[in-house]
Amino acid sequence: MMIEALIAVALIGALVTFVAPNRIAGKLAFGISLIPAALSLWMFAVFDGSGNALLDGDLAFESQMEWIQLGEYSISWLVGLDGISLPLVVLTTVLTSLAIMSSWTPIDERESQFYGLVLFIEANLIGVFAALDFFVWFIFWEAVLIPMYLLIGIWGGPRRKYAAIKFFVYTNVASLVMFGAFIALIFGLDVGSFALPEIADAMLDGGPDGFAGISGSALASIAFVALFLGFAVKVPVVPFHTWLPDAHVEAPTPASVLLAGVLLKMGTYALLRFNFTMFPEEVAAFAIPIAAIAAISVIYGAMLALAQTDLKRIVAYSSVSSMGYVILGLVAYTQFGVGGATFQMVSHGLISGLMFMAVGVIYNATHTRIVSDMSGMADKMPVAVGILIAGAFGYMGLPLMSGFAAEYFIFFGAFGSEVLEYAPVFTAIAMFGIVIVAGYLLFAMQRTLFGPYRLETDYEVSRAPLHDIAPMFVLLGLIIALGVAPELIFEMITDAVDPILELGGDA
Amino acid sequence: MVAFELPQWTALAPALLLALTALVLFVFDSINPRSTNRPVVAGIATVGSLASLAVAVWFIVVGVGDPDRGGVIDVFGGQFVVDQMALFFMVVVSVVTALVAVASYDYMRDHAYQAEYYSLIVLAATGMATMSAANSLVTIFIALELASLPSYALVAILKNNRGSVEAGLKYFLIGALSSAIMVYGISLIYGATGHLQLEAIADNLDAAEEFGGILGLGILMLIGGFAFKTASVPFHFWAPEAYEGAPAPVSAFLSSASKAAGFVIAFRVFTEAFPLAETTAVIGVDWTLAFIILAVVTMTVGNFAAATQENVKRMLAYSSVGHAGYALIGLAGLGAGSELVLGAAMMHLLVYGFMNTGAFLFVALAEYWGVGRTFEDYNGLSVQAPIACVALAIFMFSLAGIPPFGGFWSKYFLFVGALEAGLFIVAAALVVNSALSLYYYSRLVKAVWIEEPVLERESLAQPTGLYAAIVVAAVMTVVLLPGFGPVVDVAIDAAATMLG
Repeated sequence: MMIEALIAVALIGALVTFVAPNRIAGKLAFGISLIPAALSLWMFAVFDGSGNALLDGDLAFESQMEWIQLGEYSISWLVGLDGISLPLVVLTTVLTSLAIMSSWTPIDERESQFYGLVLFIEANLIGVFAALDFFVWFIFWEAVLIPMYLLIGIWGGPRRKYAAIKFFVYTNVASLVMFGAFIALIFGLDVGSFALPEIADAMLDGGPDGFAGISGSALASIAFVALFLGFAVKVPVVPFHTWLPDAHVEAPTPASVLLAGVLLKMGTYALLRFNFTMFPEEVAAFAIPIAAIAAISVIYGAMLALAQTDLKRIVAYSSVSSMGYVILGLVAYTQFGVGGATFQMVSHGLISGLMFMAVGVIYNATHTRIVSDMSGMADKMPVAVGILIAGAFGYMGLPLMSGFAAEYFIFFGAFGSEVLEYAPVFTAIAMFGIVIVAGYLLFAMQRTLFGPYRLETDYEVSRAPLHDIAPMFVLLGLIIALGVAPELIFEMITDAVDPILELGGDA
Repeated sequence: MVAFELPQWTALAPALLLALTALVLFVFDSINPRSTNRPVVAGIATVGSLASLAVAVWFIVVGVGDPDRGGVIDVFGGQFVVDQMALFFMVVVSVVTALVAVASYDYMRDHAYQAEYYSLIVLAATGMATMSAANSLVTIFIALELASLPSYALVAILKNNRGSVEAGLKYFLIGALSSAIMVYGISLIYGATGHLQLEAIADNLDAAEEFGGILGLGILMLIGGFAFKTASVPFHFWAPEAYEGAPAPVSAFLSSASKAAGFVIAFRVFTEAFPLAETTAVIGVDWTLAFIILAVVTMTVGNFAAATQENVKRMLAYSSVGHAGYALIGLAGLGAGSELVLGAAMMHLLVYGFMNTGAFLFVALAEYWGVGRTFEDYNGLSVQAPIACVALAIFMFSLAGIPPFGGFWSKYFLFVGALEAGLFIVAAALVVNSALSLYYYSRLVKAVWIEEPVLERESLAQPTGLYAAIVVAAVMTVVLLPGFGPVVDVAIDAAATMLG
């Protein structure tokens, strides 16, 4: 019942916070969010699952309850964690607590509603990573949209209405495509249940029969492509990435932190669970186009970042390239590739969260994010600037930081891929992204942080308060911890990844 | 079981309790004419409808009308039946009646005719509950008129408001016309088969062989009558006018309960009296074809019209036309003989009873505040009334069919039902229309939550009754998701009995 407890605490906390008075809402929400954070860390410590959740693995904290019997189909409440989902659940709970603390300064209107929505998102995100019944999973998946739409739309920047609608329409249409394809697949499979492990079994045990005049193998291919498109928007990969910079730039800092830190991982997590676990044959068939999309996302995202003048946009576009690495790791279909991709999900969550927080702190003080307006911030805000630089180093993949480990695993895994033809070529192209990333980050840092101070503003630019800095230190600590000792989570990840690779890759 | 030791007619208790409530209100009004003692009249109406709800739920739970536990109860020589479907729709009607009665407490505050208003509501509800159980074309027609006549008066009850009176008149004229069409259709069916009781019609379809054309025409006219009551195309034109002009709680009542009651008759008549194969043999046309066309056209027309509205109440009115189209899938899918699709339509009407009533009650709240009628007028309401606006967001997203709300379930079941019945075009139309509907539903959410108010408002009052009704409807819209298991069982069982 641990997972139910996590979700329930966040949901009830959301309700309580929503009706609490504005002046205590921030502290109250932070206090409440510490409960799931502490619980999930405890779950991490006592984790005893093994294998992959969809492939007859032993789940930790599993619980199952019959829910609805609909004709021949049964829907059940089925949740549990394996080595892939547990790190993401911990990432969610920890990042939520930190994001709440980092909102105390920038959020100064309708606080109770803001924090209520943040806790509501947390509950749904935990649900997405823990649910193992398609229906339960889809409900959580879609329910994330509503609070994020409101967070961007109400507390966002000047173009918030446009960004909120664009985010909502893009991701909702993608979900419909994915949903329709998956339902058609289940009709073709004849499983009688929406439980993902059973669906995965049926998929690997011969795949779907035909449905509505479409042959079984065609149905599987169509479902694979539709699922890929549905998740690709969420990730996002080029060319479905255009909602992301708008949403990021307009979103308030804490929403950006959750958006980049956790929401994008929903896409790659779902890709791993659905496309890369249930369709090994289609992965092999579509490996080259997917790898091409991954490489393009890396390079194009980095080039777009290079062209930006807004610090937050730079960080936002760099997410496109980082998530491109994840796709590359997945399609490599090796232990280091898929494991590294999962590791990168966690690592990017921490690093991008850190970067958005740091940019947010500087913005709070200067009220600008335009690179050319700023200069010499290092003198005014030494601690925040130090953290921003550390985050940038993490992004570039400096050794002893989690970004290095993640990218190393992915490239190592991708080079040796047997599923992907021309793997070294794709890997080499993607690796060139690192150079561009280092280029634009160093360039941006150099211009904003160093040199003489010349910002003309009515505000007094001064050091950030402790509650703005503290969450960033926690994140930095985690980034370094994972960089020094990747096996903290990498072992449990590979334990859950290996069964996937036995299907069609090479473990 | 207790229910079977009582006389058979007590099985109609949910409807009879509503009738009794109306009589109590009349008695109160005659002892104390022109009373404006709102707590008493609203209280009587609420308690009466809740009692009806409680009895109906109790009957369902103990298995009245369940074929496995005693079977369908025939009352008055088969003129009425009490089965799971009748009880299911009595639940829908009494739930909406209770919500509307509570909400009207504030909305009708300054109105001169308190007892009359509530007794009209409860009388109309009695008619709708009777419609759920009616099993003969005569009782169906009488129940339909019992529901309609008070509705005409209710729409026009704001005597000093031109819009309300005009809407009432339009509703009455179109209603009278459609009643005439329907009763003519009934007479043709009687002429062809010689019977009015539904099973008897089915048994005597062979005899109608030589009158196939007359029977077909009669069925078509009957469909016209249902289309009017359920606000389906092409008899939907009254709906936006009537819903807009009527007091908002009455709009809620008509668009939820009255529509559900219209559907229950359609479900019963077309499953009991006109079994598909036999009827097709006689009239030469598969009648589900009419419903397939009606479903697609109704949902498309309703949604496109809703998307172009500037007035919130009209938008909801047209969207309720769209939802009639979704529920029509239940009839369109009967060709495949699947109980799933009929059950799904019943579930949709139940969920709709909460989410649509709630949405109209929010409009009632806005009218109570006097904020205006267009989307712009609603801008920024969430600052002053966050709780009601959360409820509104729940209703809107649920109407659009987005998880985690009840509307997602029922639309999903309709989708699967349509697929199982092989109606791919209908299923596709459902998905496309749902996606389109998100545009105008989210527009209202955007108005209250995201837009800045056009003009400064004073702080808004929080009328207890309206708030209570809205919050209850919102909570039920959410709770229906985890609690859907029993609802599915009841609805599918009921549908199976009908098709059995």
